[in-house]
Amino acid sequence: MQNAKVAVCMRDITKTFGPVVANDRIGLDIRRGEILALLGENGSGKTTLMNMLAGIYYPDAGQIFVDGHEVSIRSPKDAYDLGIGMIHQHFKLVDVFTAAENIILGIKDAGRSLDLKTVGEKIRAICDMYGFDIDPNQKIYDMSVSQKQTVEIVKVLYRGADILILDEPTAVLTPQETEKLFAILRNMRNDGKAIVIITHKLHEVEEISDRVVVLRRGQCVGEKMTKDTNAAEMTNMMVGRQVSLNIDRPEPVDPKPRLIVEGLTVKDADGVVKLSDVSFTAYSGEILGIAGISGCGQKELLEAIAGLQDFESGSIRYIDPDTGKEIELIGKDPREIFDMGVTLAFVPEDRLGMGLVGSMDLTDNMMLRSFRSGRSIFTDRKKPRQLAERVVRELAVDTPGLSTPVRRLSGGNVQKVLVGREISSSPTVLMTAYAVRGLDINSSYTIYDLLNQQKQKGVAVIYVGEDLDVLLELCDRILVLCGGRVSGIVPGRDADKNEVGLMMTRLGGMQCNESTH
Amino acid sequence: MSQHTKVPLMRIVKRESISFWRASLIRLIGLILALAASAIVIYAIVKLNPLNVYVAMFDGNFGTEKRTWVTLRDMVMLLCIGVGLAPAFKMRFWNIGAEGQILVGGIATAAVMIYLRTALPTWAMLLVSFAVSCAAGAVWGLLPAVFKARFGTNETLFTLMMNYVAIQLTSYCVALWENPFGSNTVGIINQQTKAGWFPSLFGQQYLLNVIIVLVLTVLMFIYLRYTKQGYEIAVVGESERTARYVGIHVKTVIIRTMMISGAICGLAGFIAVAGSSHTISTSTAGGSGFTAIIVAWLAKFNTFTMIAVAALLVFLEKGAIQIASQYNMNDFASKMVTGIILFFILGSEFFTNYRLVFRGVKEAH
Amino acid sequence: MDQLVSLFEAAVVFGTVILFGSVGEILTEKSGNLNLGVPGIMYLGGIAGLAGAFWYESNFASPVPFIGLLISLVCSLAAAMLGGLIYSFLTITLRANQNVTGLTLTIFGGGVANFFGGALNNMAGGVGQISVAATSSAYRATLPFLSEVSLFSSLGFMVYLALILAVVTSIFLSRTHKGLNLRAVGENPATADAAGISVVKNKYLATCTGAAITGLGGLYYVMDYIKGTWAIDGGIERLGWLAVALVIFARWKPLHAIWGSYLFGILFWLWLYIPGLTRSSQEIFKVLPYVVTIVVLIIVSTRRKREHQPPASLGLPYFREER
Repeated sequence: MQNAKVAVCMRDITKTFGPVVANDRIGLDIRRGEILALLGENGSGKTTLMNMLAGIYYPDAGQIFVDGHEVSIRSPKDAYDLGIGMIHQHFKLVDVFTAAENIILGIKDAGRSLDLKTVGEKIRAICDMYGFDIDPNQKIYDMSVSQKQTVEIVKVLYRGADILILDEPTAVLTPQETEKLFAILRNMRNDGKAIVIITHKLHEVEEISDRVVVLRRGQCVGEKMTKDTNAAEMTNMMVGRQVSLNIDRPEPVDPKPRLIVEGLTVKDADGVVKLSDVSFTAYSGEILGIAGISGCGQKELLEAIAGLQDFESGSIRYIDPDTGKEIELIGKDPREIFDMGVTLAFVPEDRLGMGLVGSMDLTDNMMLRSFRSGRSIFTDRKKPRQLAERVVRELAVDTPGLSTPVRRLSGGNVQKVLVGREISSSPTVLMTAYAVRGLDINSSYTIYDLLNQQKQKGVAVIYVGEDLDVLLELCDRILVLCGGRVSGIVPGRDADKNEVGLMMTRLGGMQCNESTH
Repeated sequence: MSQHTKVPLMRIVKRESISFWRASLIRLIGLILALAASAIVIYAIVKLNPLNVYVAMFDGNFGTEKRTWVTLRDMVMLLCIGVGLAPAFKMRFWNIGAEGQILVGGIATAAVMIYLRTALPTWAMLLVSFAVSCAAGAVWGLLPAVFKARFGTNETLFTLMMNYVAIQLTSYCVALWENPFGSNTVGIINQQTKAGWFPSLFGQQYLLNVIIVLVLTVLMFIYLRYTKQGYEIAVVGESERTARYVGIHVKTVIIRTMMISGAICGLAGFIAVAGSSHTISTSTAGGSGFTAIIVAWLAKFNTFTMIAVAALLVFLEKGAIQIASQYNMNDFASKMVTGIILFFILGSEFFTNYRLVFRGVKEAH
Repeated sequence: MDQLVSLFEAAVVFGTVILFGSVGEILTEKSGNLNLGVPGIMYLGGIAGLAGAFWYESNFASPVPFIGLLISLVCSLAAAMLGGLIYSFLTITLRANQNVTGLTLTIFGGGVANFFGGALNNMAGGVGQISVAATSSAYRATLPFLSEVSLFSSLGFMVYLALILAVVTSIFLSRTHKGLNLRAVGENPATADAAGISVVKNKYLATCTGAAITGLGGLYYVMDYIKGTWAIDGGIERLGWLAVALVIFARWKPLHAIWGSYLFGILFWLWLYIPGLTRSSQEIFKVLPYVVTIVVLIIVSTRRKREHQPPASLGLPYFREER
């Protein structure tokens, strides 16, 4: 394997997005007849690096060689011409077209008339060669996710790619489908193709790859032959040593059950299970962290609690702190939840597309939650304006004025406005999704402080995060989600980072029971 | 190292923000170019000195007191429809159906004037006409809204078709109420008694039209900017997800807003029939339902800005008609000129949202 | 029987106007551009053809019908494509709103056409006095082998041209590689872009070609439907909107537009053949094509059958950097 021919050689590749260095002088070799696993946490720069091979991004610095020749890849077409094909997480397919139509889309020398019969034969030949199973005449919208993925792979092969990059291909697949995909990948490797699979699942690395390269925070931190390493070592490389962030963590005050979720199951519009039998209890006066690889059901969980998500089964019960009465929240819309006297605050992931209205100014955004109060048909802008002033003052929001559309503020300031508004309603439950994503250090600490203040007021805080170090230092308990299931709930104070990392990537890293209080 | 970065000659960059004055300047330049272009077209056709073109246009609008009032009447008509469209468009609901909503409002008014002419005094007829024309317009707006809210039916095409249903309904009524027999028109309704007509105020026939529409303009401005419902409309228009997140019932807002929009357009039909033409025909709306869409769009749904846009368009139209009649040509010159001007204004909007960066020019930040 | 034949003829003549219009609009919409300027483009095509023929026939003593036909055809196509080009430039390059731009084009086209149409009427000495008899006769030429068959005896060659264009457009869209690429642009421009298809080029070409075909509808209206004259009665505008409606009715398929257009023609003229209608109830009958279109629109939106939906990115602008 060591002698395998190098297909792609990347040297000192650097790519920055604004102040963020996504890739920092990364070097990487991709060899023919080998499956390379590119391992790393969310945001470690795996996809960015591969996008530069696929012609989506162009590197700021560094060199790329394909078969020993230096190349410049400026578009997906350039990549195809070099035999590089990438299968993205979000499929680029036209829904109303058939598989065959999608596969030949945009090919220049495909002839004038559309000879789908010949195309179909060629597709079948490729399928037979590697063991794919698709019907060239089936429409994409009739296909399962795994079939769509197959179409993407065949599309790439049809264009003659012999260097294939798959971005988290198993994220959307069932175990059986994953098995099938892996069998195909092995066939392709044996056929001499170079294959890169981006993943954060250790068992997959062990199962499918020949070699593994680990990225952390935009840097290449390790390269091993898979047979020479093990899960513990890889986790270590992936998450790094625990760094001390010195985030305050006051002891929970008088924790009482506030929100009891039982057996919650949610499917999306395509019928894919997003949450499966999720049960947990959120207590007042504590911060419950939710850890997991992105897309493991965090969004659906929070939206289900907020009344924005259709559900299959389960219950979400709220316990009123004053009366101690249980109120069923499931099946209620946000307004009904509000009218029942449940003050849920929710800081969603999509700040400007859901939490705030980008084109409106600070005052108007402050009203979003409260504008309905009072009998008058007119909106009262006096209180929201005072609130806006207070938020700007207390949270040090950097804005030209209260009448500035929030879209023009920087990410940190947008988040301060949103969090400021949500906690202004004196909530009893506060849910935040990726509350510090894209924020600088100072703004992040402001947010942590705000969450701790809420916690000390007796609010049940649910914190969905992606940075394990933060989760481990901020949260009292951490619920780990893996593929829509609860992988375990661990106490935040003495949890081990590697253990949580393992639980994120495979189920049953620990028993799936509620930790005791 | 071959880092041949091929920078395009010119690329388009979205503006983060633009100051009010800069945006106004760009629009002003667009307007000047538009006026120059239409002057050239007019010159090419009638060989009238471009400057004199605008003198003649001014004369066409304000040359006599009567002309001034007619200009005002037409302006408030256009404004009224634009005001009606404002809430729908603010909600991003493409109400292309103003023509139809005006017509059904007009039919309702004409029906009251014809069937109740002996039963009620004029003031009562006006009140009844007001109510039924709003109701008719509201129904015309309600239908597409219900299907949009329920099934997501494309409202642009639905409202467009509703226009023609209204036109046929008008043709039916014209045939029904034909006067004199065989003329295929309704004629001036209640020409002798003036029953159901807008009364003259201070000796001015069209003053009531102006007052009603100006009041409406102010009310709509307040409604959109200061009421809870107006706020809901803005949120739904910007993002349905945000609206759901804060517990706004999106379907209710869509239906309610389109009823209001339709009702005001129906009211425009009432003004057109009872306050202006005193007859009903398939050309009662006369395309102003479409022109008003452009008025509402260009004014960014601000009803006070609409006054200026409507005034500009009516000025051009009246002016072009004046020139056309001076040179013994037909009125359609005005539509042509309006089209040219609108092309320029629409095009100039691009430069308020984007800027061009040329190769070799350092970006100033 | 005679009645049926004359209804059929009337329906076909009527249907041909809107068939041109909707085939052109289908091509345009398949690229993701919702061009509400169809009536305006038909106006432009109609008046330019008429003006070209008028100029030719009034400057040459013995006009040759075929040359008149060529001149008017070229003028008509050029004017219609110019309309499409204005729309494309504003919506694709300058990213103006498609609906507003389309409506403006309709206002502009109607203004230009009726202005010059009125002028032509004046020059010719009054309404209905425009004489382009030679050219108009060329347009009304029947196909030699069909003129014996009573059902087809009065149909001009453009009836068949519309059919051919509908079939060709259908084949182009469903059977050619370029057609596939074009449909991809209208469905999912980001995907098309990633596959190396030029979104801008496809949109421009489809919109301008579509406008040319649409413009032929105006030309046919002027030369055959109203037999080489000009009437300021909004006839073209009404038919132009019906052409837009027909696109929905046909569910964006040119072959469906063929029978749909004749069906619209039958629905439009049906009142003439229903005995016992009063002048007013006739008008109620004429509402049929619009009501039918609304019903189809609703059914299409309730049934989620994907093939019947409009192109997914219809009406939406596409900028690569805003992906």
